[in-house]
Amino acid sequence: MERDDIIEYSLDAHHSEEHGKKVRQRIWLVTLLLAVVTTVEVTLGAYWKTWFDLSAWNTIKWTYVVLTLVKAAYIVMTFMHLGDERRNIRAIILLPYALFILYLLFIGIWESQYVKYLWETYL
Amino acid sequence: MAGDATKALSNDVLWGGGRSPFSISYGKMMMWFFLVSDALTFSGLLVGYGFVRHSTTEAWPIGEEVFRALPWLHGSFPLIYVALMTAILIFSSVTMVLAVEAGHRMDKSGVIKWLFATVIGGAFFVGSQAWEWYHFNHGSGGYITIDNGDRYWVHNDAHDTHDPAHAEGFHLVKALPGHYLLPDTLPGGAEVAPVTGDAAQKLWKEKVVYMAGAPFPWSAHGIEFNEYGPQQYANFFYFITGFHGFHVFSGVVINLIVLIMVMKGIFHRRGHYEMVEKAGLYWHFVDLVWVFVFTFFYLL
Repeated sequence: MERDDIIEYSLDAHHSEEHGKKVRQRIWLVTLLLAVVTTVEVTLGAYWKTWFDLSAWNTIKWTYVVLTLVKAAYIVMTFMHLGDERRNIRAIILLPYALFILYLLFIGIWESQYVKYLWETYL
Repeated sequence: MAGDATKALSNDVLWGGGRSPFSISYGKMMMWFFLVSDALTFSGLLVGYGFVRHSTTEAWPIGEEVFRALPWLHGSFPLIYVALMTAILIFSSVTMVLAVEAGHRMDKSGVIKWLFATVIGGAFFVGSQAWEWYHFNHGSGGYITIDNGDRYWVHNDAHDTHDPAHAEGFHLVKALPGHYLLPDTLPGGAEVAPVTGDAAQKLWKEKVVYMAGAPFPWSAHGIEFNEYGPQQYANFFYFITGFHGFHVFSGVVINLIVLIMVMKGIFHRRGHYEMVEKAGLYWHFVDLVWVFVFTFFYLL
């Protein structure tokens, strides 16, 4: 039996040839961006010791974290189309995740420093 | 994406029942929820890795010193192989999103073309990972640390991938077949005549303090210890990349099944290619995870 109580949202997602061109353009733009960021990361990882002082490592580390988050944001928002969804589903997916992960990160880093302190002090 | 999600609807209409307040289908929402839970699992693994790395008081291996080999080539190419793997995965993600886009235009041949490219890219990635595991497993010569803390680059006769001259900050050590050390000088500067046979084995066993390595039962070429640092490093390496690699493998299988369904025209008859979109969500997620593994395991 055909069900008539289901709205096929995917039918609504169809788009025309012209609109598709715009979508593809954006896809290739994001691809270029991801490729450039990855190249920068790898080059930095391979050669930073010859270019910078060892004390620059902390800055480089945070640069990596930021670049990774930029890449992740473009993948989620453009490739996974989360940026095109309604605001409420975006919030439902991202906020609980962010909440858990920030807590986990905090605990992980905090506790690991204490464990390191214990190793150094009592071993 | 346009469609229902871009329509301005009041909250009364959105949440009034009879429709999805999120303007997405049940299947897509469930895929998102699954991905969130899976992302939490991966985050747990990476945070666990970070925990161990932060709390350790021993030296920890450095990504660009460990992952520096390329198949068939000698010399040192820090991170190049992983970068290639990353590029393969990102491009297969791009072909996937192009397949989804073609699906929105009901362009069946376009979907087949791009989805096929995605499957090929995924298979290449899994294959690359197999090589990386193999290489990590049997080692590349690598280095050992002796008791005064000096690091010796050991030329491994059986697997001579690296030119030791590239290993900056290492003493050079020649090795005879069977991994016997043949040092030019011992710590202290004494000239040493070539040592062979039992004497060399004794030297290897007594003078050398290994960084506890990763003994692997099927380790090739009789290497007892992996040179890549603490045991936990290898444990995390195999577990995290293995867990991710299994996701990639499942993704390839899912994409293949969807590809066959597309070719049979099932989705065309259904009137939309949402299944491609759902498989695509999973595939992009796999790419997304790799972006994080790449940063936190290989770069940091």
